[in-house]
Amino acid sequence: MNEIKEKDKNPEDLSEDMKVLDDLTTSEYKWGFITDIETETVPKGLSEDVIRLISAKKHEPEWMTEWRLKSFRYWKKMEEPHWPNVQYPPIDYQDLSYYSAPRKKPLLNSLEEVDPELLKTFEKLGIPLTEQKILAGVAVDVVFDSVSVTTTFKETLKEKGIIFCSISEAIQGHPELVKKYLGSVVPYTDNYFAALNSAVFSDGSFVFIPKGVRCPMELSTYFRINASETGQFERTLIVAEEGAYVSYLEGCTAPIRDNNQLHAAVVEIVALDDAEIKYSTVQNWYPGNKEGKGGIYNFVTKRGACRGRNSKISWTQVETGSAITWKYPSCILQGDNSIGEFYSVAVTNNYQQADTGTKMIHLGKNTRSTIISKGISAGRSNNSYRGLVKIGKNADGARNFTQCDSMLMSDKCGAHTFPYIEVENESAKVEHEATTSKVGADQIFYLNQRGLATEDAINMIVNGFCKEVFNELPMEFAVEAQKLLAISLEGSVG
Amino acid sequence: MNRIPEFQNTKEWYLSSFRKFEEKLNGESKSFLHDLRKEALAQLAEVDFPTTRDEEWKYTSVSPILKQNFIPAFNIDKQNVTKEGIKKYFFSGFDFYTMTFINGIYSEELSDLQNLQKGVTVNSLSKLLRSNPKVISEQITKFVKTENAFNLLNRVYSTDGAVVIVPDGVIVEKPIQILFLNGHNDKLVLSIPHNLIVAGKNSQVSIITNYSALNSSVYFSNIITEVFAGESSIVDLYKIQNENDNSFHYEKVEAHQLKKSIFNHYNFTFGGEIVRNDINSTLDDENIETHYYGLYLGKGNQHIDNHTFVDHAKPNCMSNELYKGILDNKARGVFNGKIIVRKDAQKTNAYQQNKTVLLSKTAKINTKPQLEIFADDVKCTHGATVGHLDDTAYYYIRTRGIPAELAKSMLIRAFANDVVESVKIEPLRDQLNHMIFEHLHRVEIEND
Repeated sequence: MNEIKEKDKNPEDLSEDMKVLDDLTTSEYKWGFITDIETETVPKGLSEDVIRLISAKKHEPEWMTEWRLKSFRYWKKMEEPHWPNVQYPPIDYQDLSYYSAPRKKPLLNSLEEVDPELLKTFEKLGIPLTEQKILAGVAVDVVFDSVSVTTTFKETLKEKGIIFCSISEAIQGHPELVKKYLGSVVPYTDNYFAALNSAVFSDGSFVFIPKGVRCPMELSTYFRINASETGQFERTLIVAEEGAYVSYLEGCTAPIRDNNQLHAAVVEIVALDDAEIKYSTVQNWYPGNKEGKGGIYNFVTKRGACRGRNSKISWTQVETGSAITWKYPSCILQGDNSIGEFYSVAVTNNYQQADTGTKMIHLGKNTRSTIISKGISAGRSNNSYRGLVKIGKNADGARNFTQCDSMLMSDKCGAHTFPYIEVENESAKVEHEATTSKVGADQIFYLNQRGLATEDAINMIVNGFCKEVFNELPMEFAVEAQKLLAISLEGSVG
Repeated sequence: MNRIPEFQNTKEWYLSSFRKFEEKLNGESKSFLHDLRKEALAQLAEVDFPTTRDEEWKYTSVSPILKQNFIPAFNIDKQNVTKEGIKKYFFSGFDFYTMTFINGIYSEELSDLQNLQKGVTVNSLSKLLRSNPKVISEQITKFVKTENAFNLLNRVYSTDGAVVIVPDGVIVEKPIQILFLNGHNDKLVLSIPHNLIVAGKNSQVSIITNYSALNSSVYFSNIITEVFAGESSIVDLYKIQNENDNSFHYEKVEAHQLKKSIFNHYNFTFGGEIVRNDINSTLDDENIETHYYGLYLGKGNQHIDNHTFVDHAKPNCMSNELYKGILDNKARGVFNGKIIVRKDAQKTNAYQQNKTVLLSKTAKINTKPQLEIFADDVKCTHGATVGHLDDTAYYYIRTRGIPAELAKSMLIRAFANDVVESVKIEPLRDQLNHMIFEHLHRVEIEND
């Protein structure tokens, strides 16, 4: 600390500031540990047999197995896409294990019955499960690798008719709902990774909010990739019926491993008339070490359909982890007057690469969308915003506002924007703004002058830069996101 | 994946016609340019014509162009064009030198280069090839970057084009107006001029390229224009494209700038069925300025695609870009503005704006302002808007008793004015304003 203060005596010296930035960017991944729980892993490789095996292990009905196989057959015909602005060595899909579950699947109602090893893991993760349960009133559906371990507050939600369970349970317990909505927003033919996911997805969350119900608490899931060399393929499906409301939180971490791990999830959201869904993500998968070794490949398809009139879907994401992030949470604004929102902070450091953004497809009349994207690049990382705003022929009076700002924190990183705007209706109004800049020397100087250490000054500036997005996060997440931002840029930000 | 590329036949046709073309060249086939042609031919054999599967051509399908076998203009008859007859094509009200090209081939009798300043070279590529090939060989295709099949097609068959070489320290006092007249009554003409503009140290030059049609025939203008702006030079390049509505137009501008130079490119698009402009600048030294101004007016079934690319390779440069589009009927506009700021290009300022107004329910626009930044100490912004005419402004004008039609055209003129007023030559500005007005009058205005 003293050293830093010394440096602050000369606030005009920019290179000193850069040094502070560099010092800060060198922190190690804090969530890296491996839980030694016996896991049940299917041998490496992908074939129809493996898919049948996964399906059988999960005691799935015939139609589900068929759907998986259909997806697999389609996937085999596809080619891996390479258009994003990221580089990675080719993935050998036969060298991955497609299923990993803790050996003893505990069917528990209380936390006491949970494997103590597992609980320790969560403690290290900093999810005070017990505390959350009692104090925060958050029901957590914990996905440990691929199988849902425990679901809290299920009973409370049940009274309201809300279904919040793992997708495997939903396939068993509510097949009619799953059949109706699964693949309706992201069909298995959608893209390479969605097809792969449809074939091999292991578990995920299912949320159903019936007509007119406002979910009384925020629903939250924690994903964590544990066993090495398993791809995590979770599948999330959220449905809000007429007039329903739900806020869903998703957080992710993974332990340190040297090999890159593939994560190809699919999230589908459906909002009917007057329904509102808020989906918040804090993604903090292992980003690889300082030399760019290891880390998660996060190739995710997230899409929401505003099917009904006046429906609303809002995505908020804070992306600090993963070696490669490649995802575009999107909204299909089908219903008249529906609203889509996308708020994103993407931070990349060291050798991380992110190609992320959103798609707003306006189909209904008077549909509105807002996109606020903040990218922060540090180290040798590359951060791209890629977005599509499409106004269809019949989307009279559609309105979009997009702002994507980038901040560069080193001279070796890159910031890129690829906004696609397609307008086919004259009554539409589309605005797009983008800026790129660095942390201003004058801003740092001003804060130094007010007695703030350079480290704190940068922290404050970056937090201010991201404020618009953090404001959209639920309270608990906002606090966590700020901490995460500090940690991932520790080094870039204090 | 052994997919046979679409229009393979068209390409084969262009490749196989080369032998016949070569025979007709006489002595010229021994020039250095012919070696470049053969290189280009070999490359063309390897490259397919772009399709909408190519990111750079995502929104522009060139298949209507490739459905026909155009005949490279060479030894083509002059079609009785007279000096009197072409007068109407020129922008007037100021002094200028003129060069005229019919289907991309220079016509000396239709040009007027009298009293040209000493040392300034304004000539046709084919004539210079015979008299002074060295001045061309040093520059031409020197900075050619990745080329698509259309560029290669130009290079394979091009025999002519405008060459302007300004020596160090010379300010060319009058603008050079270069008229390209295209079209043939009974031939599908491929007009392929290859233009070269070289401005020496501390020189200044202003060039107006003016593309028009002789008649309503179908033809394809496929142009390459290379610009070299030397140290501290100022180059103004205007392009006013008013081809007929059945024609296809593609131009690639490749500008290479040196220290402290300023390059201004003004791009006005009125005509053409499918129009594509690739405008690229490389800022390969310090303290360079680049300005792009563009205005495109689309109507009917026109398809207008502007791709600009500013490559900031060195520090302390600035680029500024303003493109505006007005689209009516079933017209479709495409704008792709790419700015790269490379690792060493610190203290770069890059601005870009793209604004489009849609006047009809069936008009379409695809715009993609693209920033790729690898340096940290930069200021880059881009903005894009798409909308219709401002309702409140329209209402205000109407309350003042102005008829709907006039109110609308006033608003459109105001919208276009940002671009038009950047034109430095005042009489040209006025004539452009008039052209915009004329163009709008041809557009049917809906009655509210």
